[in-house]
Amino acid sequence: MICKRIVLHFPQRLVEQPIIYKLVKEYSLEFNILKAYVTPQEEGLMILELKGKDADFKKGMEYLQSVGVKIQPLSEDIIRNESKCTDCGVCVPICPTKALVVDPITRKVHFYDNKCIGCELCVKVCPTHAMEVHF
Amino acid sequence: MKTIAEINKKIKEGRAVVVTAEEIIDLVDKKGAKKTAEEVDVVTTGTFGPMCSSGAYFNIGHSKPRIKLGGGTCRLNDVPAYAGFAAVDIYLGATAIPDDDPRNKIYPGEFRYGGGHIIQELLEGKDIRLEATAYGTDCYPRRKLETLISLKDLNEAVLFNIRNSYQNYNVAVNTSDKIIYTYMGALKPNIGNANYCSAGQLSPLLKDPYYKTIGVGTRIFLGGGIGYVAWHGTQHNPMVKRRENGIPCAPAGTLAVIGDLKQMKAEWLRGTSMLGYGVSLNVGIGVPIPVLNEEIAKSAAIKDEEIYAPIVEYSQNYPHFVAGTLGEVNYAQLKSGKITVQGKEVPTGAFSSYSKAREIAEELKSWIKKGDFLLSEPVAPIPGAESGYTFKPLKERPITQL
Repeated sequence: MICKRIVLHFPQRLVEQPIIYKLVKEYSLEFNILKAYVTPQEEGLMILELKGKDADFKKGMEYLQSVGVKIQPLSEDIIRNESKCTDCGVCVPICPTKALVVDPITRKVHFYDNKCIGCELCVKVCPTHAMEVHF
Repeated sequence: MKTIAEINKKIKEGRAVVVTAEEIIDLVDKKGAKKTAEEVDVVTTGTFGPMCSSGAYFNIGHSKPRIKLGGGTCRLNDVPAYAGFAAVDIYLGATAIPDDDPRNKIYPGEFRYGGGHIIQELLEGKDIRLEATAYGTDCYPRRKLETLISLKDLNEAVLFNIRNSYQNYNVAVNTSDKIIYTYMGALKPNIGNANYCSAGQLSPLLKDPYYKTIGVGTRIFLGGGIGYVAWHGTQHNPMVKRRENGIPCAPAGTLAVIGDLKQMKAEWLRGTSMLGYGVSLNVGIGVPIPVLNEEIAKSAAIKDEEIYAPIVEYSQNYPHFVAGTLGEVNYAQLKSGKITVQGKEVPTGAFSSYSKAREIAEELKSWIKKGDFLLSEPVAPIPGAESGYTFKPLKERPITQL
């Protein structure tokens, strides 16, 4: 089994096609939509958690690529600008998935990007704009 | 037992024993206050957090022909600066924002740029656009000025913060059913989080609770450079109830501080945006405490577990100035990441960076150890717990024709 969070970029021509449906139907992948901006006539963006057998997952990804969907791992998209972060910790209770955690010894704030679901709540509350979105 | 002059002599000879406000806790635990007071000369404190009553004044130099900004207007990168002085002196407040900032019209406002950011950009060596208007006089005929300025071109650039370094602060919660955006951060509904803003056991005024060594003229670490305590800060409130160890149960003492901006660093003065609230400046301050006697050593060794902050409700009680708290909690509990409020476990968030506060205390310690930083004798005390000095609410009076 494999479970990954990925960001999908749909070119305009694919927005009106049932891409995710095929992932379920033909590749038996379980999905959980974490975020989606899919508007007709525009480029679409979707953040998904996908779960399934390793072989199915691989085939599913190949299918997505073959139709022209650009795939990125989620962690590439929410980035902490280390030079801006002051390690205050005001983001910590706002993060719904505990991706931002204070180290009890150093009192520095760690960002575990593998836990990040890209909700962007931290992006808005960060007083020094250290959390950046790179879609 | 010891005098500041004796400590300074040791600093100059490179013999002074300097520890941070964290390190003295262990020392007093192990050796007791008396022995520690004999061995340690200086305790360094630190704090780094948003301090809104901050700002800087500048003298921009005289233009040719001359202009008198006093009585006119002045903007730095569209942010209004106060010009009600003589010809070319201006003051830029940390919370000032451009006239065309949407503020909270699109709620919650982002407040991405303001006075605090300009102070940071000046320190980064960036050029700032100055646009001023004046009414023109016989001796100052010019009515308009547009120029780039930078920190090195200014005659004086002085950070002058009228209220910094609060001695203790509220823990903010929200009991309403919708999220609120405050100067203590975003507060989730139904006490979804509890935010605090103090360095606790590293915070300057909590380590000298009765202001026995900190006074007017105390030399300090300010924004990465050297500054001084100029006065007690606005809203200084030394008479609040205190615990036996001297720690106030509510926000109490404050400091007004001053120092040459030109020797400060952007790392320690950072523009800050508070969602739905406004712009501010993160200020780094470190105050050295001379360990003159056992009493001072004992206070400097007060730890997070012994420092209690009041839990204050920010959706109704704070805005409507309703007295009362939802209880008390100590900084060790706050730092554990969760506290209990009204029987509910609540995650905590800090607005003040403890790791930066620690870096400041370490930096000041290294300056003193190297002999670069001597302690100063305060020239006057700041009002203390017995002074009768209080912080009054506004008594509104109707404006009537006289």
